[in-house]
Amino acid sequence: MLIVCGFPVLFLQPSKDISPLLSLITTDMSRYRKIINKLFASFLFIAVFSINNNARAQDGEALFKSKCASCHKVDKDFTGPALQGWSSRIPSPDWIYKWIASPAKMIATDPYAKQLADKWKPSVMTAFPELKKEEIDAILAFVDAPVKTPPPGETPGGAPANDNSLWYGILTLVLALVAFILLQVNSNLRKLSDDKEGVFRGEPVPFYRNKTYLMTGILLLFTMSGYFFVNGAIGLGRHKNYQPEQPIYYSHKVHAGVNQISCLYCHGSAQDSKHAGIPSVNVCMNCHMAIKEYGGDKIFKEDGTEVNGTEEIQKLYKYAGWNPATAKYNPDNNGDGTPDGAKPIEWVKIHNLPDHVYFNHSQHVKVGKQQCQTCHGNIQEMPEVYQASELSMGWCINCHRETKVDFNSDSTGNKFYSIYEKFHKDLKNNKMDSVTVEHIGGTECQKCHY
Amino acid sequence: MSNKKYWQNFGDLTDSERFQQAAQNEFQEELLPLAELDGKGILDAATPRRDFLKYLGFSTAAAALAASCNTPVKKSVPYLNRPDDVTPGIANYYASTYVNGGDAIAVVVKQRDGRPIKIEGNELSSVTKGGTSAQSQASVLDLYDPTRLRHPLQKNGSDYKEVTSFEVFDKMIATAVAGLGGKSIVLLTATVNSPSTLQVISEFLAKYPGSRHVQYDAVSSSGMLLANELSYGKKALPSYHFDKAKTIVSLGADFLGTWVSPTEFSKQYAENRKVKSNKPELSRHIHFESMMSMTGSNADDRYTHKPSQTGAIALALLAKLGGAVTAPAIADKKLQAGIDKTAAVLNATKGSALVVCGSNDVNIQVVVNAINEAIGANGTTINWGSTTNSRKGIDAEMVQLVNEMNTGTVGGLFIYDCNPAYSFTDSKKFIDGLAKVPVSVSFNGTMDETTEQCKYVLPSHHWLESWGDAEPKTGFVSLLQPAINPLFKTRPYQTSLLKWAGNPSDYETYYKTYWATKLGSVANWDKALQDGVIEGTGTLTLAPLVSSGAYNGGALTAAAAKIATIKSGTYEVVLYEKISIGNGAQANNPWLQEVPDPITKVTWDNYAMVSPGFAKTLLNLNVAGNQREADNYEVHPEKPMLKITVNGRVLELPALIIPGLDNSTVAIAVGYGRTSANKDLALERTGRAAVGAGQNAYPFVTSDGTTFLYSAAAAVEKSALAAYPLAQTQVHGFTEDRPVIYETNLASYIANPKAMLAEATHEREVVLMPHGKTDYVKDATIYPDFVKPGIKWGMSIDLNTCTGCSACVVACTAENNVSVVGKIQVQRAHEMHWLRIDRYFTGDLENPDVVFQPMLCQHCDNAPCENVCPVAATNHSSEGLNQMTYNRCIGTRYCANNCPYKVRRFNWLDYNGSDSFADNQKPLVGTDMNEVVLQMNDDLTRMVLNPDVTVRGRGVIEKCSFCVQRLQESKLDAKKAQDPSLVRNVKVACSQACPSDCISFGNVNDPESEVSKARKDATRNFYVLEQLHVLPNVSYLAKIRNTDRQIGHEEEMHEGVPTPEVKEAEHAPAH
Repeated sequence: MLIVCGFPVLFLQPSKDISPLLSLITTDMSRYRKIINKLFASFLFIAVFSINNNARAQDGEALFKSKCASCHKVDKDFTGPALQGWSSRIPSPDWIYKWIASPAKMIATDPYAKQLADKWKPSVMTAFPELKKEEIDAILAFVDAPVKTPPPGETPGGAPANDNSLWYGILTLVLALVAFILLQVNSNLRKLSDDKEGVFRGEPVPFYRNKTYLMTGILLLFTMSGYFFVNGAIGLGRHKNYQPEQPIYYSHKVHAGVNQISCLYCHGSAQDSKHAGIPSVNVCMNCHMAIKEYGGDKIFKEDGTEVNGTEEIQKLYKYAGWNPATAKYNPDNNGDGTPDGAKPIEWVKIHNLPDHVYFNHSQHVKVGKQQCQTCHGNIQEMPEVYQASELSMGWCINCHRETKVDFNSDSTGNKFYSIYEKFHKDLKNNKMDSVTVEHIGGTECQKCHY
Repeated sequence: MSNKKYWQNFGDLTDSERFQQAAQNEFQEELLPLAELDGKGILDAATPRRDFLKYLGFSTAAAALAASCNTPVKKSVPYLNRPDDVTPGIANYYASTYVNGGDAIAVVVKQRDGRPIKIEGNELSSVTKGGTSAQSQASVLDLYDPTRLRHPLQKNGSDYKEVTSFEVFDKMIATAVAGLGGKSIVLLTATVNSPSTLQVISEFLAKYPGSRHVQYDAVSSSGMLLANELSYGKKALPSYHFDKAKTIVSLGADFLGTWVSPTEFSKQYAENRKVKSNKPELSRHIHFESMMSMTGSNADDRYTHKPSQTGAIALALLAKLGGAVTAPAIADKKLQAGIDKTAAVLNATKGSALVVCGSNDVNIQVVVNAINEAIGANGTTINWGSTTNSRKGIDAEMVQLVNEMNTGTVGGLFIYDCNPAYSFTDSKKFIDGLAKVPVSVSFNGTMDETTEQCKYVLPSHHWLESWGDAEPKTGFVSLLQPAINPLFKTRPYQTSLLKWAGNPSDYETYYKTYWATKLGSVANWDKALQDGVIEGTGTLTLAPLVSSGAYNGGALTAAAAKIATIKSGTYEVVLYEKISIGNGAQANNPWLQEVPDPITKVTWDNYAMVSPGFAKTLLNLNVAGNQREADNYEVHPEKPMLKITVNGRVLELPALIIPGLDNSTVAIAVGYGRTSANKDLALERTGRAAVGAGQNAYPFVTSDGTTFLYSAAAAVEKSALAAYPLAQTQVHGFTEDRPVIYETNLASYIANPKAMLAEATHEREVVLMPHGKTDYVKDATIYPDFVKPGIKWGMSIDLNTCTGCSACVVACTAENNVSVVGKIQVQRAHEMHWLRIDRYFTGDLENPDVVFQPMLCQHCDNAPCENVCPVAATNHSSEGLNQMTYNRCIGTRYCANNCPYKVRRFNWLDYNGSDSFADNQKPLVGTDMNEVVLQMNDDLTRMVLNPDVTVRGRGVIEKCSFCVQRLQESKLDAKKAQDPSLVRNVKVACSQACPSDCISFGNVNDPESEVSKARKDATRNFYVLEQLHVLPNVSYLAKIRNTDRQIGHEEEMHEGVPTPEVKEAEHAPAH
């Protein structure tokens, strides 16, 4: 009770004549309590809400990218309208859920929906009946307060800025401040009461010389700096979401997504080699000798600027030494075996593993039969590629622990595994239900480090 | 004197206290900069606390700085137009041929992303059958040698200037040659056995009347060539068939190491040295020599003699075999008994015996021909149906050329692939003569001693960049194809010769046409190129299997008379080639320089090899009998110097005492002491590996007027020079008397096959019997038995066929990016070789038997190293591999301490150059590091690195990984093909390189695998230090010698058995 009511005492200096003030405090105690309670509650509310909100916006971003971003931008009209400010435009709060679940039905029945459809003709909103209400909320929360993912190169070693540490930090600081104030109040009050009761008490030590405070402060500082240091160290060399600008704005979404080109058409060596390989320019030219212009949906960069697809194709022609006017390669006058002016494209490598890691694509693609997306994310929906996975050792190991090996003893299984007689026996006797990569040594050091 | 069964050096033999101490101090810390601590603790050290804090602060700041730098942006640049046959990340293999002078080995070049990184033997060749040598394995590094010339040069005063194009160069030569005014032109090369090149040369010679081709071998076989001309009417070398010989007698011929065609002979030799338990049979190898050669150390019986006695021994043998010669008196009773016994054995195996001789004396070789005739070797083990073309140089022609050069009658000298300014015995005369030649052109690839005396330099391609062919044996052609585009502006010398002969075609076209015509069609040629060899296809007929030559014994009497006049000296010098450095052409190859010699275990130097008896008389060092003197000699790397004088030429070399040499002989290796006439440019021209390594012994080559002789009478005395350090790897990783080797002789083995391993079997039983258990693997330990459910990798090494040739050591270095550490670091026992070949002496001190034991990580299933690692950086895989994870290692070296085999290597210094701190190695050069480490870190040299293997940094332990990258690759292939038989036998680098097939590797869980089959022979299969119950995954097959002598002091063995245990008990508290 003393603690709660002590807020204004902070401003009091212990004086010899304190009785009027004391009476003031005691009389007004109940009023202050209310105020403090309110303040405290609102603090908590803001803090909790903002954290909560933020957490959902995280999922929202991913959902937005995978479901909406192909047609919608947050702040700009694209194939569909800019989504920001949606709440002020819709006729009723639950309209949005119905609309997303079944636009066709809404166009038929709802006037606002009809109005929208007319405005954006011929594009029609795709139906997403599979999206849950919470997911839609998450997307909408993201749309209202989009959190920009900073390029990782700019914050080397630092904790990513979009996590909750800032909020937690502020909350902790506020709470600490409150606790500090209350403790001060407590100590002052005790002094007052002791004085009143005639018990002798020495002058209270100012807080900046109080050993408990100092120690707590040091410990806090140590823990926090330790936390950031360790996190920073773990983050060294990890570049999730790394999305560098490439010499040509090459959209995987247009190629692998819209045009459904198989990944292996360009990255064929993923089946045979440790490297997936970036296709040589001649592979690009296989199609682009004929495809000279970009005629698909508008492409926008992350920052919203529009990309001129046709111009990007022209860049490719330059690299290839192709003359689009004559539809021929430049002659090879300098005798280096390639068309004059042709030079290889210097792509920026996105997925980098440390030198002491051996990774083999063909092992995973051909033998493990993994989809490219397992590690590279929804590449067919990425306008410009970014690193979707962490590519950390823990991330690798987790997958190796969970992924089952093609151990079927019938004809469908990989016959190489026939030498694992013990496992086949155990499977038969139901001692094991499946064989994971870990069982055949997939988490041992020298599977990846040698 | 102890009754030791096996010993590695004299400290070991005499069992001295200091040697024991030195052997216990595995890392030899006293040689480190930490020496100043002086045992007083860090605070009292000469480096005070403040310095410590400074270093601590600096390293923290540096680490923080390095860590906080922005991650560099990496580029990924695909091909503009990807060639069909290149998939990044997948190695391509091209059949080609390693050519070095007359040596030619059919090989397969592993090329990764356009860079050749590894040489393997070509199994399609019926000459070398997939075998390689240390030199051929290492030659891929020569491709990236920073001393290689990068463009054509023309002498400009004392320096050289670049010639801008080949056309300009051609014009210059044309003008220069036109102005010669009738003086002759000479093409001077090493032995050329390329058929197409010989045709090019004949075209060139035809264009210039009066010109000629002189072939010059630094270490020649002129004596044999001339003797064969006398005996068989052919100035050639026959083919030898060691595989058909039941008795092999060598008079100083190092046929497994350096003589004529060692890789071919190793394969043949091994065939009759493998013991099959159901039918134990061995060829018998008797060796007479003055020094201890690698081949001699493999002999069943070995006799030593003075170099000047070689002829007498040959005559004595011939006389015993019924030849019409008088046997000269041989004073040495042991030697005489040896000759008698040898003659008896030869007599008993007539028709399946072979005598070879390493002497370059025509007369001795004539006698040897007579012996071979007498034992029926001609037509059985000696084949005149196909001649060996590895040595064609006739010494007299070279001598005549040098004389002509000095008289000024030679107008043009075009030099390729030989370096007489270094290797010619009177090199000054050669250089003086060269100065008098108006047009001197060198086609050599580097600025060697000869090239820097030439007026024009047009570097030729390295063999890995070349088209070409070689015919090491008549009828057996091996083709070259480039595995990389030329790195520099170089041109094949054949093209130059063609151009200067007025033929506009280049050699590539010429060569393709040559073979397409010979083989009938381009398709045939393509097939041949893919195989890499042409053996009896197209218009070439396969040489008849074996045919004899028409023998003419007319020269014998004269030869015998001349041999009688050979004078002996009190001391005699014998020159030899090492298996690594050879004649010195590859001296700037750091891999070869760092390979320990099989016998002496010395790296980076040559020296005067002498016997203990010699040392006792001349150096007053009783290393075999006196503990203190053995200590003084063995514990310090500095060896006393000898002053050796031959024909007025003096060399002062460190004396290396090795048992088994003749007591009056000093043996010196040639090929060392390479340098430039301009000392300031030596590092740049000769190379950082070659400069400073040893001294040139070629001036000791003498001549009898017909041929060069590689032995001579010498004056030897103690030198006044200070002792010189030799970097010797022997007893680094010493096993402290634990029994590691088992051997016996053939008769005992046949009589009682189980006796050889009785000791090991007994030990197992002692452990198990009291508990009524039987399974040593499972029951003799408290550790659980971990199953290896799929594959269990294992290796088996046959000690009977291991010749010590060290091809595996170089192959391992190349495959696994093993660092070169340089002489200073080897001296400190810091060599990095994952695979070493331990050499043990046993028996008679005067003439001991030698056992070679390849020693590598044994991948123990109960590995002592794994338990002590505080960070689990080394642990066991479910496939039986002892895994070493570099990125986890913090460098405590507990594992190395706890390894009973001493196979773990620690990166004491940053041998590979850290990317984060530029030039961090430079301050160490001179005191802790040799220049050669910088050479290995050159951007060009680094192209040889295997991209599948991590390059290790400073402060981590490394060791043999069983070539895990190859195992992983083989498993991936097997999984893709869904075929488990693909992992049955896997070729790891050492087993693939071995020319005598002594290493087999594969899946032990598969009973069909080679290694499983090898282990089935319970009478020979053993594990080293099996009694420790570390359960190694490397097994050995015990050695069996085909001799009448008891092997390894059998009578002492029984006394010797308890010794190790007693010793262990005594030493236990000290550990």
